[in-house]
Amino acid sequence: MELLVASAVGILTAAGVYLILRRRTFPLIVGLAMLSYAVNIFIFASGRLAIGSPPIVADGVLGYTDPLTQALVLTAIVISFAMTAVIVMLALAAHLATGSDQTDRATEEEAG
Amino acid sequence: MNHLIILPVLLPAVLGAGLVLARRVGLRVQRLVGLAGTLALLTLAVLLLVQATTSAAQGYFLGGWPAPFGIVLVLDRLAALMLVLTAALAVLVLIYATATGWDARGAHFHALYLFQLMGLNGAFLTGDAFNLFVFFEVLLIASYGLMIHSGGAARLRAGVQYVAYNLVASALFLIALATLYGVTGTLNLADLAGKVARLAPGDAALIRVAGVLLLAVFGIKAALVPLHFWLPASYANAPGPVAALFAVMTKVGAYAVLRVFTLVFPPETPDTGHLFANLLLALALATLVVGAIGVLGAATLTRLVAFAVIAGVGTLFIALADFTPQGTAAALYYLIHSTLAGAALFLLADLVAARRAGCGLRNALPPIAQHGVIAALFFVAALAMAGMPPLSGFVGKLMILDANRGPGMVLIWPIVLLGSLVMIAGYARAGSRLFWKAHELAGPATPHPAQPLAFAAASALLAALVALTVFAAPVMRYLDATAAALHGPSAYIAANALPGALP
Repeated sequence: MELLVASAVGILTAAGVYLILRRRTFPLIVGLAMLSYAVNIFIFASGRLAIGSPPIVADGVLGYTDPLTQALVLTAIVISFAMTAVIVMLALAAHLATGSDQTDRATEEEAG
Repeated sequence: MNHLIILPVLLPAVLGAGLVLARRVGLRVQRLVGLAGTLALLTLAVLLLVQATTSAAQGYFLGGWPAPFGIVLVLDRLAALMLVLTAALAVLVLIYATATGWDARGAHFHALYLFQLMGLNGAFLTGDAFNLFVFFEVLLIASYGLMIHSGGAARLRAGVQYVAYNLVASALFLIALATLYGVTGTLNLADLAGKVARLAPGDAALIRVAGVLLLAVFGIKAALVPLHFWLPASYANAPGPVAALFAVMTKVGAYAVLRVFTLVFPPETPDTGHLFANLLLALALATLVVGAIGVLGAATLTRLVAFAVIAGVGTLFIALADFTPQGTAAALYYLIHSTLAGAALFLLADLVAARRAGCGLRNALPPIAQHGVIAALFFVAALAMAGMPPLSGFVGKLMILDANRGPGMVLIWPIVLLGSLVMIAGYARAGSRLFWKAHELAGPATPHPAQPLAFAAASALLAALVALTVFAAPVMRYLDATAAALHGPSAYIAANALPGALP
């Protein structure tokens, strides 16, 4: 399982970084989403990997899985979801206003 | 528990949410609520400053949960200082925004402004690393809205770049926090301080990775070279008053570095040692060089100010990288100075841009309305920002040079001094293009309403710089005590009331 989780984080990060460097808004947004998935899995794994254990300490239960990282992941998911919505709207507005979805075009308007 | 500590976060959150709901009430009520809210925040911040001066650091346990399990806010001298600086800047910038009508050029300006203040105040108060991430996000979300306020193609495109850059930074922040949690099992800053100092030998590599990642994230926020690329385009394209408020956003990065790298990773930590100090010093020197060259070569006035902010960050981090009480106190003085001076310059650039189509520096353009007053104010602000006597920039740079009398002096002194010289040339070039050459061109100035309140707000920022110079001695007494508390954080850790800690 360690191999599976570690390679999932690695592949998602690699794909995310590659897409973010594509200089167009659609791949950029997909890449950011991939990166946030990778981060979420990574946070989850930082509480140690455990299968079939309850997230609370109770009498008669041996071992438990760390509940804190699950709470952290929930917060991170909510924030990254909201941020994806924000950047989608912003990218659409920029596309409609400028007629191009290049993200790295220099802004000629500002060059005095 | 002292409930005043939560109010700087709670008050703008409630007022901002109320303003979003009551959108139909009209601009006048929104302005009233916004101004009353920021004034209340200023009063609150001053009250907290007095408390932080008279008593030791205090903790506020949210929901009554004890420290390493629940979230804790900690009020100490540094947090109180940052709250006062933010609130004072916010009041003046908001007066400017209402006087120039910037707040009427799009929806929800005042609500976003309050949410931005909520995020800033929360970031300064929190004593929990994950909570710091959450407040970073709050202030960033609000800043995305403010940055594209009133729209326009150039602004929207710069906005996409700004948001994308910061989302990557947030992902890095989460990876750093998860690594930190995986190694130590806690995210409370005071608890981390104890755990990182006594780590199992096998975890040294992991903790170094976490530390350097955190440094990279805070470096992005503070716009340290080579992570500064987001700043010039975003600040130059943001609305003038918003850019002025953003002058305090790079300082959030400086604050976070100061907090985390004196508390959790001080130079005495066996596993990390002087790793961060050495990294920071090299990056800070490069930042100052890039900023100074940018000031000299900028094509527009707003870009010039953006690079001046970068140069200011570089100077600030040169002092921070010392990690001595003397260097930290000098850095804090320079932090106050460069925030106020940067904000004043952004407001002046906006005054110029409003009276001329843009504020390009390539060609001389005809004179503008209220030419003399703006030119005089620009002169004072540029003098302060470049670090020329008699204003606070000079005092700040003098203290930074004085704090760096060690072996690094050979490298640091020439770069700081030459950087200042290059920047003086940059400001002189900009000032003569903007204000003197204009008189060589024929044609009267286009009339423009005088907006005395806007001028008053910009002048008040400069007056604050003068006050910072005149009252340098009492300010430095406070900052020396702040720096001493940062480098001996027993009171901060005690405020968290960790279980197992000695009372």
